Amino acid sequence: MKYDKNSGITDRLRLNKKVAPYVFISPFFILFLIFGLFPILYSFFLSFNSWDGIGQMSFVGLDNYAYILTDDWFWDSVRSTIIIFVLTTIPQHLFALTLAFILNSTFVKFKDFFRTSYFLPYITSAVAIAIIFDVLLGHRSGLINAFLIWANQLPPVEFLFQTFNFDLPARWLGEPRLIRFSIAGLLTWRFTGWNMLIYFAGLQTIPKSLYEAARVDGASIRQVFTKITLPLLKPVIFFGVTMSIIGNLQLFEEPFVLVGADGGTGRAGMTTAMYLFRTGFHWRQFGEGSAMAYVLCIFIIILSLVNKKLFSGGGLNELRQ
Amino acid sequence: MNYGNKLESNTQQKAINIIKKVILYSFLVAGVIVTFVPFLYMFLLATRSRAEIFSSIFSLAPGQSFMDNYQILISNVPIWRNLFNSIFISTTATILTVFFCSLGGYGFSKYNFKFKDTLFFSMLATMMIPGLLSIIPWFIMMNFFGWIDTFYPMIIPGIANPFGIFLMTQFMNTIPYDVIDAARIDGCGEFEIFLRIILPMSKSGIGALSVLTFLGSWNVLMQPLLILQSRHMWTLPVALTRLADQAGIDHGAAMVGVIIAIAPILIAYMIGSKSILKGVMEGATKG
Repeated sequence: MKYDKNSGITDRLRLNKKVAPYVFISPFFILFLIFGLFPILYSFFLSFNSWDGIGQMSFVGLDNYAYILTDDWFWDSVRSTIIIFVLTTIPQHLFALTLAFILNSTFVKFKDFFRTSYFLPYITSAVAIAIIFDVLLGHRSGLINAFLIWANQLPPVEFLFQTFNFDLPARWLGEPRLIRFSIAGLLTWRFTGWNMLIYFAGLQTIPKSLYEAARVDGASIRQVFTKITLPLLKPVIFFGVTMSIIGNLQLFEEPFVLVGADGGTGRAGMTTAMYLFRTGFHWRQFGEGSAMAYVLCIFIIILSLVNKKLFSGGGLNELRQ
Repeated sequence: MNYGNKLESNTQQKAINIIKKVILYSFLVAGVIVTFVPFLYMFLLATRSRAEIFSSIFSLAPGQSFMDNYQILISNVPIWRNLFNSIFISTTATILTVFFCSLGGYGFSKYNFKFKDTLFFSMLATMMIPGLLSIIPWFIMMNFFGWIDTFYPMIIPGIANPFGIFLMTQFMNTIPYDVIDAARIDGCGEFEIFLRIILPMSKSGIGALSVLTFLGSWNVLMQPLLILQSRHMWTLPVALTRLADQAGIDHGAAMVGVIIAIAPILIAYMIGSKSILKGVMEGATKG
């Protein structure tokens, strides 16, 4: 009896083969409409209004945009964001590509160990890492300064520091210029492994026969790298750099914890995302904050288009032609 | 490198090859050292008092103050409660995400329907939208729903996310149609096929997605920082941020907190690093 009753219910709930896929994919679209699309449109609406979330909302036209685009703090934050982006993205991808290229060569042993190690920083929390780096970068008690003071005993290092007027112990988290290097250093440490893995995955898709052919033709390692590896990796580089652009232009957690919500000395560590956070949630300027989000989004689109110009094309298909 | 093998008879060439290998290996090893030093330092600092941190920067010997640091930590933040919150949120989010993303992946992978490609690509396109674009209205909405200081905002919105659905679609593409057809002939309903046949066959995909979802949920800061306002509702990243904000907090005490936040992840990583790396590589190369 019980069995019959159950099957009766499942019969009634039984999905038609035509309807089933729409039901299965609907959760994404429903959630996206509520928690994705609606807030984006609402944000657009808010960007033309002035509102603190409690009082009356008033329409202000393009005032919020005009305010932001003439706001020194906003442009300072954009400058900091771009400087940190450049300071971290270039070494990140260079290190990652080199590590992946070495790891992909046949003679290297313990590949799994190396890959697993490099990827480790990526999985740990940004907040925890920022707190560790806060101590590592400490002025008097930090390991990095202690190491540099030790290295300073070596004449070539001493010469280098003197030429660049680099005083020890350095105020890594106190001097505006150094703050950006510190944040970039932390990001490089954290994301090189991720990029390495992406490049490694890309390298694995390049057929061994291509390398064989190059070897038969007597190509040097450098030729193999520039003539085969790089062009074939172009789509992967494009993907990696795109992710770096999207991630870095929205950079928030690492500097927020490392130098504090106010961005540290001279606001050098205040990224646009942090300024947006402050505008929206500390000062309750929802309109300005929303306008800022849209301006930032436009910057991301522009940078992505530049990136596309630089790295689009390439890949296996193009080589075959 | 294998390109040099041709000249191996030449001993000079051999010596050069060895030097090359030494250089390349030292590059790899240097990378590992740089990666590990902060973690090592974290464990050392957790055992040191304020004075010891200043006096023994290079020393590898642990200090005596671990329990003192721990006492300072728990008098400042309810860290075990925060740990429980993190575990609860991450676990719930992971289970629901795996279910709904598998369901969506199944829909996209094993059915042909009208507008399938359009829907799939518009879903993928939403991945490119910067999250910051919606953060202010998102917060207003959560306020409107009465979800401030609750766990819902950290769980519900992401349970059917495009990355997860994409990843599961890729994994399910490898499942043959025969199995499904056979089940249909046996009288299985569409949802039953998913639950009884597809889910058990997608274990590797589910593994990768679970780990990535758990990590993302465990580490996120901005949303919980906005939503979770009372101390006993904080997740670990919020608790650590608040702890770091306090002027003059002992580094040692903060490090004990950091260890509590990182240890579960480190352990999970040691067990599941293979599937994590595989998941990330799959997601990247197929994308």
